[in-house]
Amino acid sequence: MLPLIKRDITLALRSGGGFGLALAFFLILILFVPFGVGPDRVLLATIAPGILWIGALLSCLLSLDRIFQLDAEDGTLDALATAPIPLTGLATAKAAAHWITTGLPLTVASAPLGYLLGLPSTGYLWLIASLAIGTLSLSFLGMFGAAVTVGIKRGGLLLSLLVLPLYIPTLILGAQTVTRAINGDNPTATLAFLAGLTLLTVALIPFAASMALRANLR
Amino acid sequence: MFTVKNITAQRGPRAILQNVSFSLAAGDCLILRGPNGSGKTTLLRTLAGLSPPSAGEINVNPEDIVYTAHLDAVKPQLTVAENIVFWHGIYQTAQSDTLKRFNLTDLAQRDAATLSAGQKRRLGLARLHISGCKIWLLDEPTTALDADHVAEFAQILTDHCASGGIAVVSTHLELPLPNAQTLDITQFAPTETHADPFLEGSF
Repeated sequence: MLPLIKRDITLALRSGGGFGLALAFFLILILFVPFGVGPDRVLLATIAPGILWIGALLSCLLSLDRIFQLDAEDGTLDALATAPIPLTGLATAKAAAHWITTGLPLTVASAPLGYLLGLPSTGYLWLIASLAIGTLSLSFLGMFGAAVTVGIKRGGLLLSLLVLPLYIPTLILGAQTVTRAINGDNPTATLAFLAGLTLLTVALIPFAASMALRANLR
Repeated sequence: MFTVKNITAQRGPRAILQNVSFSLAAGDCLILRGPNGSGKTTLLRTLAGLSPPSAGEINVNPEDIVYTAHLDAVKPQLTVAENIVFWHGIYQTAQSDTLKRFNLTDLAQRDAATLSAGQKRRLGLARLHISGCKIWLLDEPTTALDADHVAEFAQILTDHCASGGIAVVSTHLELPLPNAQTLDITQFAPTETHADPFLEGSF
């Protein structure tokens, strides 16, 4: 699994890899919010958790169709499926690499962008914690969607429609964690629920994804 | 060591080959013959475990199998050496003389995107050597190779079989393999077609 994660990170950093794509989209989206909503600092601070979470979620979505599609197109997926590496391991490695190249940079970038939106200081720790945990579940769910649509040419739109509903619980729990923190409520319970959801996703999704891959390879 | 008993190979909902049986021992090389569309790729994909047979059984350890398809499984953004290191990592084998055997030493630092079709094919075939697997399933391995490299690849295949390996090759070109058996797969074409009024005309 490690060589696969390493290769996926290298590919993401090389030309056309799309590493910067999600990050740039996130930056632009958040920078545009004050233009659209107006320079009302109180309003911006109130909506900041939701905007940051939706921004991260949509940016995550951008690079999902690359997870398996490129490997399927050049025959690597067939070769990997016949190699002595279980499909669940392949799926886990793919999702992990996606998180490292997408979720992790988004998490790091969220703090300065939160400052830009005037997020109150009590929220930063929770924003970073909730995004670090939550984007992992976004990557795994997205990888499942990519596994289901791998046989379809230009399946990007279908992939989004398939995956977005699955993102709802993560979005609610993630944004709520930050909102509760800035409102002075205790966010620990929401964050614990989010972590539980992520653990469940990480534990079960690779099996579902491997079944989807197997069906698509036929 | 590699026995196939009465398998039915499917492509989607359609049976392409029926009652395919053969048995190969260490050192055997089997060449699959048949016109375009007769099911050579389908049979190889079934043997490789990518699409399980709908009937019959295959007795083989899947970990012994390495399969090369029409596509080379080469990453254009990586250099030749990086591609090779990656597959060594996946198969967990030690680095060896792969570059030399497939005549890729001079190309090691080139991006795979800049390779010619024949060079890319050689890099794709190098995975056979990297894997260290006993059973090679090859789908048209010599496409895009020039005459010298076809001969060189035939030598690699012969060496592999001589050292106790097994190869199943689908090819249209004559490969100079002295001890190869030939299997004409047109004899396995299904006799009766399943009459399903809902599927009629859908492919």
